[in-house]
Amino acid sequence: MNPSNEWPLWEVFVRAKAGLDHKHCGSLHAPDAQAAVQLARDVYTRRQEGTSVWVVRSNQIVASDPGDKAMLFDPMEDKVYRHPTFYVLPLAVDHL
Amino acid sequence: MTTQAMDLAPKEEHAALEEADLQQRFDARIDAGDFIEAKDWMPEHYRKTLVRQISQHAHSEIVGMLPEGHWITRAPTLKRKAILLAKVQDEGGHGLYLYAAAETLGTSRDQMTAALLSGQAKYSSIFNYPTLSWADVGTIGWLVDGAAIMNQVPLTRCSYAPYARAMVRVCREESFHQRQGFESLLTMMQQGTAAQREMVQDAVNRWWWPSLMMFGPPDAESPHSAQSMRWGIKRISNDALRQKFIDACVEQAAVLGVSLPDPALKWNAERGAHDFGAIDWSEFQRVVAGDGPCNRERLAARNTAWEDGAWVRDAAMAHARKRENLAPKMPATSPPRGGASDLGRPGVERQEAA
Repeated sequence: MNPSNEWPLWEVFVRAKAGLDHKHCGSLHAPDAQAAVQLARDVYTRRQEGTSVWVVRSNQIVASDPGDKAMLFDPMEDKVYRHPTFYVLPLAVDHL
Repeated sequence: MTTQAMDLAPKEEHAALEEADLQQRFDARIDAGDFIEAKDWMPEHYRKTLVRQISQHAHSEIVGMLPEGHWITRAPTLKRKAILLAKVQDEGGHGLYLYAAAETLGTSRDQMTAALLSGQAKYSSIFNYPTLSWADVGTIGWLVDGAAIMNQVPLTRCSYAPYARAMVRVCREESFHQRQGFESLLTMMQQGTAAQREMVQDAVNRWWWPSLMMFGPPDAESPHSAQSMRWGIKRISNDALRQKFIDACVEQAAVLGVSLPDPALKWNAERGAHDFGAIDWSEFQRVVAGDGPCNRERLAARNTAWEDGAWVRDAAMAHARKRENLAPKMPATSPPRGGASDLGRPGVERQEAA
């Protein structure tokens, strides 16, 4: 098998219904964008799971490094004042 | 050991220390019930075990399309034909979800396909049995898909997240497979002729024992089981799942009005489970080793499909490359269109579709 002839990999995002975000739901191989949309529809929406599909070449996605997880995300741990529950208010106005 | 000392250590030793540290962190995450993602560090053995298991699982879905596909053109009614088509299409989709999960571990789709076609990779030995009558289609749904569901539900909690996610999708669809099979058999048993009822019983007789073998060898003879349990790849033992399946089937067989071909099958009040007869593991070994009724036929069908489809795959790739070369290049100065912030805006999709 000639590896250069393997169809490239695409990531598939599906919007379940109007008003919702597109959500990543899997990947597939396809020769081009048009075929990727068609195949995504066949593979990921056989039971009305979607009303819209996005596809993007997997190698175009830039991701954070799992090794940087602590550096990137831990600093938020001690910032409780960013949450509404941090503020204690009198009962009369606690619905704020 | 101080940081400085670590820096002075020979390079290999340094790497080994790091590896031990990573291993320790990995073990701690497994013990805590954490999920492992594709880009996380993992021991090589864990990766290899997963590639083997997930690719075998994917091959089983793809080869599993063949015995049932055999009956698509011969389904007795349009309704049954539409159902069977949908089911076989689902199996193809399941194969795809699973190949994609295995690919996240760094094995290409073509590598996996090559391993299947050469006979080097295994698939579930159940698919090396023939589908001799229409009742086999319903029986596969009831027993084979039933056993598969038993095996697969615990995999939705597998420690390797891409596999677990694929299995959630698979299990959601698999339940239709089992129900349609049972309903098809029930229709024949309740509304059919004596000959049709006999046909159902014959199919159940042939598929019962191979279905029990789908859970794999007994725990005592399953060498990989302990390690897979330790890693959270496997959650419930082969024998425990097999027992659960048998207990469920006894009740379902009674509803259906068929007997199960095991004279030793009997409720054991003390164990709170059914006792059952000895499984012929020599048959299992023989079929796994390649000498089942349809091994050669299945592999030949996959090879033919791959070879016959080659020109289509190549032509689609050539067309895509040609289109890419013909497309007008965007001027380097043009502002980037549709960045991440634009993704949610209405109109972007329509624009792209135009």
